[in-house]
Amino acid sequence: MKIASLQDLEKIRVEALSSLKLREESLRESGGETCGLAKGTEHIQILTCGGTGCKVSDSPKIAENLQKCLEEFGITDKVEVITTGCIGFCEKGPIVKIIPDNTFYTKVKPEDATEIVKEHILGGRRVERLLYVDPQTRETVSDSKNMNFYRKQVRIALRNCGLIDYESIREYIARDGYTALADCLLHKTPEEVIDIVKRSGLRGRGGAGFPTGNKWEFARKSQSDIKYVVCNADEGDPGAFMDCSLMEGDPNSIVEGMTICGYAIGAKHGLIYVRAEYPLAIHRLQIAIKQAHELGLLGKDILGTSFEFDITIRYGAGAFVCGEETALIQSMEGKRGEPTLKPPFPAVQGYKKYPTNVNNVETWANIPIIFQKGPEWFASFGTEKSKGTKVFTLAGKINNVGLIEVPMGTTLREVIYEIGGGIKGGKAFKAVQTGGPSGGCLTKKHLDIPVDYESLTAAGSMMGSGGMIVMDEDNCMVQVARFYLGYMVHESCGKCVPCRIGNKRMLEILDKIVDGKGTLEDLDQLENLATVIKDTALCGLGQTSPNPVLSTLANFRDEYIEHVVDKKCRAKQCMSMLSYTINPENCIGCHLCVKNCPVDAISGEVKKPHVIDQSKCIKCGICVSNCRLHAISLK
Amino acid sequence: MDNMKLSCTAAAKIDEICEEHGNDAGELINILHETQKTFGYLPHEVQVLVAKKLGIPVNRVNGVVSFYTFFTEKPKGKHIVSVCLGTACYVRGAEKVLDEAKKVLGIEVGQTTPDGIFSLDSLRCVGACGLAPVVLVDGKVFGNVEPKNVSRILESIDPTA
Repeated sequence: MKIASLQDLEKIRVEALSSLKLREESLRESGGETCGLAKGTEHIQILTCGGTGCKVSDSPKIAENLQKCLEEFGITDKVEVITTGCIGFCEKGPIVKIIPDNTFYTKVKPEDATEIVKEHILGGRRVERLLYVDPQTRETVSDSKNMNFYRKQVRIALRNCGLIDYESIREYIARDGYTALADCLLHKTPEEVIDIVKRSGLRGRGGAGFPTGNKWEFARKSQSDIKYVVCNADEGDPGAFMDCSLMEGDPNSIVEGMTICGYAIGAKHGLIYVRAEYPLAIHRLQIAIKQAHELGLLGKDILGTSFEFDITIRYGAGAFVCGEETALIQSMEGKRGEPTLKPPFPAVQGYKKYPTNVNNVETWANIPIIFQKGPEWFASFGTEKSKGTKVFTLAGKINNVGLIEVPMGTTLREVIYEIGGGIKGGKAFKAVQTGGPSGGCLTKKHLDIPVDYESLTAAGSMMGSGGMIVMDEDNCMVQVARFYLGYMVHESCGKCVPCRIGNKRMLEILDKIVDGKGTLEDLDQLENLATVIKDTALCGLGQTSPNPVLSTLANFRDEYIEHVVDKKCRAKQCMSMLSYTINPENCIGCHLCVKNCPVDAISGEVKKPHVIDQSKCIKCGICVSNCRLHAISLK
Repeated sequence: MDNMKLSCTAAAKIDEICEEHGNDAGELINILHETQKTFGYLPHEVQVLVAKKLGIPVNRVNGVVSFYTFFTEKPKGKHIVSVCLGTACYVRGAEKVLDEAKKVLGIEVGQTTPDGIFSLDSLRCVGACGLAPVVLVDGKVFGNVEPKNVSRILESIDPTA
């Protein structure tokens, strides 16, 4: 069936709503009494998380076992198992949710399926041992709405993630999907569409934060019969999976967003440039595109109008620089992903030299809801200059690792301590890194700054695409800087000298410092090189590549100084500054370490405390793993 | 003779892939993806054939192959061991896990054991940060890996499978 009018769309929406209503209500209302067939509940839905983290922890097997169990009890007419996109709370995955009472089961194993069905679905009793326990209050919380992890979140881009079946365009339509496109095509001129995007204040979620409406306007104004709409899904930040989760959990919103843009700028072709490393996301996008074609939401005469639009998928091949839009365009043309000079901007001359509008996955996901709820509604979230919300991957040394979405302006402290539940293992917070390899490390003194484009940049980091990595006292900031820089050296396309050679020289200096051979002059040299690279590199990747070094030098200078002057690494990570020693009080002289030491660095009489000859020791650590009395330590 | 026969089929397959993409040099990356899927890697001879078919210089093909980390010019081992070096895994100690894997396998990242069984790779974020650090063996994820678990994980892999 092809949807040829608003009425057709409405018909599908109403049909699909019957299945989704239960879940929508549970979103709004508090869970209330435990549901169960024994208690007369007529319809129950079991949601299993199909996000990457849960999936690799056997969530498909959980869904399979649940289904089998329902069949055994012959209750598949009343209970269904639905796999959704990322529910968000990865730390506690695999997650299983029961609708309508909104029970949130954590760390579920495939073998728990029978108990869930018997106890909860049939008996109406929650399986207490699988419920979330608040680490502070020690109380069990069954409804996710009451968990600190979710309480401060506002899910706009992720509105359908973890709620709908990602492979069903009908469920997407039931959530008012494609009403925005219909509204634009039937009731608005392209200029009006662009005006609404401008009024919403939406800015590029890829990290740079360029106003989306303005970008569209540039592409609209470029005169050409052929134009392109591109989705940048080359999520390159090596510690982030927001875009991946969005594509896997709600691919239709990206398709709809791109189609609206096609209408606004006058383009018939859409391209999604996605990492080849995301096979699941590719697969689900393909399904969304196919279903949209079947319903006449892509292709010719969309919704009965003369507008036509199509989307094809292009694969990346593992190059961070391809997230930069001009490099991305080169790559889509089958070339090395080397950035080109701007101007000409892609809006004037992009893919195959035609005007091209490139936006990031999360930006696309925000477009439909801006039209559904109005630009003023969207702009009511956030700060003066940064409107709406931002999705982050919260990870690292934090209790609640997960995919989160918060209004712009939320402070880092709220994100780390309230949503994130603080630092793992009661350790001390040291730094939070935002913006991936182009961003910077912020410290304790920045915890109260609001998360928005300007504030993060002013603090020496950046919004970036949404990686947020928390570090504790055990992380050495010099090594963290070296980690990021190493990544940049590897990923530099090699086109311009400052990035190709400058970063390499900086990395050598950091290696020297980590090896305990650094000097104070090296720190000046680092700063000097970093500034030159920032000012002279060709593209965004090169210009931002020294950021991790500059921000750690600014915020953790004392740690650098300890490394070069005192030859000390307070996080005990730089092996060159540490040595293995034997505590004579614990050593019983069993000789085991002596026998295993590959370089004969340990000596001592049997039954008497041994000693390590530091001049011979190669710090391989074999002695530690062999000592049964824990007498050897690294200091 | 066998080799000759193989290369004939190989050439035919490459022709087929290129034709499916309209022999369009703009489709080079998609063509290389499929070619690598077919042959497991992209040796020089294959690159020459692709270049000929698309009517572009070999250096352009090689420029692309060598630019993107996804493409490899050397055959991979039977089992691919990948240590995630995404930031989340890194701050939770992935580098030490990688060092241990190098030690146990006796190879560096990007290399294959002489018996052709294991290849060692590093990769960036698989989206399982809740389980960091993670190691993937042939796509199967092992979570919360400590250096001392590495040999046990590798021993669990059947080298003949």
